[in-house]
Amino acid sequence: MTVIQVVFFLVAAFTTAAAFLVVLAKNIVHCAIALVFTFFGVAALYVLLDAEFLAAVQVLLYVGGITILLLFAIMLTSRISARGVRVMNEQVGMSAVVVFAIFALLAIASLKGFALVGSPPPASYATASLGRLLLTTYVLPFEAVSILLLAAMVGAIILARREREKD
Amino acid sequence: MVPLSHYLILSAVLFAIGMFGALTRRNAIGILMALELMFNAVNLNFVAFSRYLPSTMLQGQIFAIFVITIAAAEAAVGLAIVLGLYRNFKTINVDEINLMKW
Repeated sequence: MTVIQVVFFLVAAFTTAAAFLVVLAKNIVHCAIALVFTFFGVAALYVLLDAEFLAAVQVLLYVGGITILLLFAIMLTSRISARGVRVMNEQVGMSAVVVFAIFALLAIASLKGFALVGSPPPASYATASLGRLLLTTYVLPFEAVSILLLAAMVGAIILARREREKD
Repeated sequence: MVPLSHYLILSAVLFAIGMFGALTRRNAIGILMALELMFNAVNLNFVAFSRYLPSTMLQGQIFAIFVITIAAAEAAVGLAIVLGLYRNFKTINVDEINLMKW
């Protein structure tokens, strides 16, 4: 086993454990904290895959943005001290079966379908060509996504705003 | 080097965990968190495939960027909806919000 493989297995175990905590923890704040660790684990995997730009975006956007948003929503909605409340609904058994079936399908497909894929090409620092692609070939989706973000921002503000009493 | 299938299996594990959370959580914010997990699993798949293609083909990473952007928009709108729900129902447990269910 090379060093890279050891690092991969460590990061994978860490990420999986944190993901389990996100889903199973009783306290929703603990879930959010575990989610931060999961995001960091995935960012580390991006680094292992030579996608440095995506790793940076992951940390900035997910760890810095979405988690803060989630924590704010938790503070605004739930009574954090509420204990003894059921976390899961009644579908646990059925969901476990369905999820396991889907996981088995995905695992078999990944093992059988891509067994012949060889070693990856030598690493290249892709960030520059990523930016070039985004502003040439993919400039139309890029602009569309920017409009979508604007619409989502306006929509979120309108939805979250407290309604004024009508005069 | 780590084989491609290892990344795919890890991504499948993350996806399954996220799906389990999305199906079983009662708290709407918990469901959103599970959704973010699933987005991350998909992104990991995209980036892993992109790494194992010739290095001029970066479509996987481009798609991952778009997924991250749309996930951010989804989180903002979703949390705004959760706030609206809380204001109207005083709860965000999705199994108690069954006004339109018969």
